[in-house]
Amino acid sequence: MAIAAIGKYEFAPADALDKFHGAQLLYIGWEDHLLFCAPFAFPFPPTMPFRAIVEQVLPGSFGYHPDFARIDWAKAEWFKSGKPWQPDFDKSLADNGLKHKDVIRFRTPGLTGIAGSCS
Amino acid sequence: MDMQVAKKKLGLKEKYQVMTRGLDWEPSYQKKEDIYPYASYEGIKIHDWDKWEDPFRLTMDAYWKYQAEKERKLYAIIDAYAQNNGHLSVTDARYINTVKLFLTGVSPLEYMAHRGFAHAGRAFPGAGPRVACLMQSLDEIRHAQTQIHALSNYNKHYNGLHDFRHMHDRVWYLSVPKSFFDDAVTAGPFEFLVSIGFSFEYVLTNLLFVPFVSGAAYNGDMGTMTFGFSAQSDEARHMTLGLEVIKFILEQDPDNLPIVQRWIDKWTWRGYRVLTLVAMMMDYMLPKRTMSWKEAWEVYFEENGGALFKDLARYGIKMPKCAETIALEKDHLSHQAWATFYNYGAAAAFHTWVPEKEEMDWLSAKYPESFDKYYRPRLEYWREQAAKGNRFYNKTLPMLCQTCQIPMLFTEPGDPTKICYREVDYKGSKYHFCSDHCKEIFEHEPEKYVQSWLPVHQIYQGNCFPEGTDPTVEGFDPLAAVLQYYHLEFGRDNLDFEGSEDQKNFDAWRGQATKNV
Repeated sequence: MAIAAIGKYEFAPADALDKFHGAQLLYIGWEDHLLFCAPFAFPFPPTMPFRAIVEQVLPGSFGYHPDFARIDWAKAEWFKSGKPWQPDFDKSLADNGLKHKDVIRFRTPGLTGIAGSCS
Repeated sequence: MDMQVAKKKLGLKEKYQVMTRGLDWEPSYQKKEDIYPYASYEGIKIHDWDKWEDPFRLTMDAYWKYQAEKERKLYAIIDAYAQNNGHLSVTDARYINTVKLFLTGVSPLEYMAHRGFAHAGRAFPGAGPRVACLMQSLDEIRHAQTQIHALSNYNKHYNGLHDFRHMHDRVWYLSVPKSFFDDAVTAGPFEFLVSIGFSFEYVLTNLLFVPFVSGAAYNGDMGTMTFGFSAQSDEARHMTLGLEVIKFILEQDPDNLPIVQRWIDKWTWRGYRVLTLVAMMMDYMLPKRTMSWKEAWEVYFEENGGALFKDLARYGIKMPKCAETIALEKDHLSHQAWATFYNYGAAAAFHTWVPEKEEMDWLSAKYPESFDKYYRPRLEYWREQAAKGNRFYNKTLPMLCQTCQIPMLFTEPGDPTKICYREVDYKGSKYHFCSDHCKEIFEHEPEKYVQSWLPVHQIYQGNCFPEGTDPTVEGFDPLAAVLQYYHLEFGRDNLDFEGSEDQKNFDAWRGQATKNV
């Protein structure tokens, strides 16, 4: 126990997987597009196919940006915990190895935001 | 016959001695460690509590006298301001949003400081610090009261100020100042004193009470200026208490140094992260600006704080490591913070806007290295879209930092184009952080921060809807339910300043006050 305390100090994490009613959290950031101030947090079922994120979820979250319509998903580069990673669009989140509170980012080469400002 | 000679009145020092130390006693039928259970577990060693010297030697009778005099002046000005419709003499109604943020974000912290000092004072076996903490505890509850009184004038006329106490425990961005103080009051008494008495009061609150409160005066808000300056005269005493505490602890035992240094590192960073709100208030929310956040940081932290840490060097205390990161962020902090509130303006209890052209020119002059390159294009794009009726409201919830609870909006030190991501695996679960410093704070005491009440996660767990809400019914609107839980009225308290009820009312009332219509 690292914490200095007068007695036993053990508490359950406030964000354990079993508290999300069957969903797990996934964080997603779009590199070079800080018009969106921070990466997003999503609750998804682990059985959801990865393709559904790209086709059904991301347009609602990132679609405001004029670059979004120009994305060539075949060229997108993916990162998990900051390291290069390749999702399989047809597999589920679980089968892609995505666990509760994992963070992924995608980079879209050639697209660098409003007037090239990474906004 | 001998003349009766009146007994000479006690001098200040003797009087203080009699009214503080003279009232203390040694317990005889209880063990001292049972009476003061929090005095030793943090590892701080105190050998002689009598070495503590209260720098102000303030006793209760003197306290009432001074403070009553100050309160009479303060309330005379607040009354005059209210009776004279002072709210119509501010620069423009955008200014009032700083007041909303102050009341909801800062005033509840004064109340928590009152509780914290009362608790810390009770915990110390020495009479000197007990009395000093008591006086500060009284100051803090007065500050909460005077701020609420001063700001309540605005509540009669403008939206978003109606339920600050309810909002403080629930609204997403208020979890940032709330978690800061919850962290401090749940620490031991010595850490509390270093966190609030030293790191926050001494090193950081100047940035709130001097340049921001001057900003209130510049913008015609005499009520806020008066409570600010009234509080600031107490802050001088608090700062001295904070500094004396550090010196006292360090002089008692060499083993105390590494513990105190770690607390200074932690709380300078946590306090600075809370001041993110102040940065955007200064650069974006004051219609008439006094100085930029960057300039304020340079004067009040780099120069004043730098001199303080030089003074503390003889005890072995070093400048907190985070100062290097902060120096790299000072060109970016206010822009990134305001962009975040602009994103989430549909879920805030105040209005947001894109700065006017001349305001952008001011920002460009104050931030020549960063504003035009990184932030102006974003703001101009938002303005163009808003003019076309396509105002940007971000509807997806952001990822938050586990320690400071701020959305992960901060960029890598030295690279303002890349979000700073840090993560830790602890007992099979992942935790994420906005910076190396928030990560280090977590790693030192993970048990404390795994319990963090992160608003986004709580919303997704279904804990932020009004009682009795059924999220499974058809057409359920989670945002509407969350705003109801916050007691925030959609379309009145939130959204853009342009077209808001505040804007329209202010223009109409000022028109009545200055024209014969």
